[in-house]
Amino acid sequence: MNLHEYQGKLLFAEYDLPVSNGKIIFKAEDAIDACNEIGGLKWVVKAQVHAGGRGKAGGVKLIDDPKEAVEFSKKWLGNRLVTYQTDKDGQVVNSILIEECTDISSELYLSAVIDRESQKVVFIGSSEGGVNIEDVAKNSPEKIIYQGIEHKDLSLSIKAENIAEVLKLNDDQTKQFIPMIDNLYRLFIEKDLSLLEINPLVINANGDLHCLDAKINIDSNALFRQPELLKMYDETQEDPQEAEAAKNDLSYVSLEGNIGCMVNGAGLAMGTMDTIKFFGGNPANFLDVGGTATQERVAKAFKIILRDPDVKVVLVNIFGGIVRCDLIAEGVLAAIKEVDVTIPVVVRLEGNNAELGAKILSKADIEIESINDLADAAKKAVELAE
Amino acid sequence: MSILVSKDTRLIVQGFTGSQGTLHSEQSIQYGTNIVGGVTPGKGGQEHLNKPVFNSVEEAVVEVDPNASIIFVPAKFCKDSILEAAEAGIKLIVCITEGIPTLDMLEVKNHIDNIGARLIGPNCPGVITPGEAKLGIMPGNIHKPGSIGIISRSGTLTYEAVKQTTDLGFGQSSCVGIGGDPIPGSSFIDMLKLFEADDQTEAIVMVGEIGGTAEEAAAEYIKNNIKKPVISYIAGQTAPEGKRMGHAGAIIAGGKGTAKDKIEKLTKCGVHVADNLVSIGSKVAEVLGR
Repeated sequence: MNLHEYQGKLLFAEYDLPVSNGKIIFKAEDAIDACNEIGGLKWVVKAQVHAGGRGKAGGVKLIDDPKEAVEFSKKWLGNRLVTYQTDKDGQVVNSILIEECTDISSELYLSAVIDRESQKVVFIGSSEGGVNIEDVAKNSPEKIIYQGIEHKDLSLSIKAENIAEVLKLNDDQTKQFIPMIDNLYRLFIEKDLSLLEINPLVINANGDLHCLDAKINIDSNALFRQPELLKMYDETQEDPQEAEAAKNDLSYVSLEGNIGCMVNGAGLAMGTMDTIKFFGGNPANFLDVGGTATQERVAKAFKIILRDPDVKVVLVNIFGGIVRCDLIAEGVLAAIKEVDVTIPVVVRLEGNNAELGAKILSKADIEIESINDLADAAKKAVELAE
Repeated sequence: MSILVSKDTRLIVQGFTGSQGTLHSEQSIQYGTNIVGGVTPGKGGQEHLNKPVFNSVEEAVVEVDPNASIIFVPAKFCKDSILEAAEAGIKLIVCITEGIPTLDMLEVKNHIDNIGARLIGPNCPGVITPGEAKLGIMPGNIHKPGSIGIISRSGTLTYEAVKQTTDLGFGQSSCVGIGGDPIPGSSFIDMLKLFEADDQTEAIVMVGEIGGTAEEAAAEYIKNNIKKPVISYIAGQTAPEGKRMGHAGAIIAGGKGTAKDKIEKLTKCGVHVADNLVSIGSKVAEVLGR
């Protein structure tokens, strides 16, 4: 689960990390009051969406008149911001963060992730901030440090100093930086984060460290013990079909093609998409209906798949392991009737009672192709989609 | 021979009396697995499926001397269940549960590595040695005793590989689902080592998917250490970047973890990569010249 910048900064503040004085507004008419409460002569207004690249897309602006904050808010609130990280429709803006202006003397990069290879929380730091870190990694890898942190690490301050050195911090800044790493690590562990990124971490005109941005991802598996964070979930930032699927406990990812896929198991779902592509077609989605493909789940899955107007045919691929294929076939039939599916459906059943399942499907009155071989089933779906 | 589990496996089931634990224990017993008891806190002293129930793994260890445990408890309790089994001296722990917080797994992995226990999973179908023991949720009937060792990050893809190698008459020595999570208890490399040393295994099928660099690391290991032929299939060639494809670990991030990179690396290291899910079995036949 992703957080907005302003939500991330609330967490930062809770962990004593230096963030700007700011206000979040949801209505343009609140902009002037917000600027006045913050005080000063210059402000930064930032459109809140779950995507990077906002600055280049016009979603961040430096202003010196509160009226500009109103204008900016009117322009963006309720509209969609398209950045290089979003799809072509962009993300809807529902809130604007107004902050005091920070005078920047240099921009740095700091993040923390769970590194799968070393199986540790790893901090990544660079003296080049405010840019795409992947580009820095590619072009000047010597400017990046990867510092693994052990569970209950006793040498955390030494490691913080290692990072500070690559960030080219002076002694005073390093003194600020060591407790900062300690706080960030505590935040990471205590809030079950999977990614924390400050890009840029800046040195301001006074020479102090300051977190100018905050990007936070939370491990979805841990939300059961993070009720406060769960409240920060913003459904408007998700693909509507994906959000609907998630509510129904189905894994769904929408793609560009026209062959809808319903598969049991994540691996097989990916394998099915690949097989469609292999035979010249294009999958419209990834969908894992789960280990127990009951009628109810299959019906929900059909509903979600069919919301995509591009879908011309649905390929159902079920490997009946513990569940019996005849039961799945009955579930598929009932679901097709319930949802009133009018486009062709190709069903591949394999495993327990697969033949019996095929027989049940052959009795249906709508167009169902029951094909036991996955390659043949995929070819048929591709043919029907053309 | 086989790897990890055999007729000598004495299994206990953690989360024995729950619905998943019951369903799959019944199927495992039917398959011939020697389940010597189960653990459900608060239900010690009862009998379930004609096997004794204990309050703790420690109690079970004293009473029925198990050498393996399978875990069906809900995700939020898994950390404690895995550590309980490891600390009670169980050397092989199989965790089926999906949805364990990643930071829990970091802690678990660190701890069990120190203790010297082996964890398979979580978020996996389990381990089977056809005809001998089934520790997991896979359908027993598609397997057949034979010569192919199978390792996979995905449940249903394992079944595909099993079905294809059974249909072509090869059968399997053992099949291990290492699971779809970012921090698995055991890696491809851990299992490759075991299959390389196993006499019954003639060739190894390694089913990978997008996300992380476990396949790349395995490829490098295979090049230097594995003499048996390795056949591989990588799922997710059509997966978009930055989207989690069902499994917690199946995500292409920052341009890393793509199927293309994995296939290139595997091919470079001498692994025979099947270009399609449906041709895993025929690739095995081609490589073995049969």
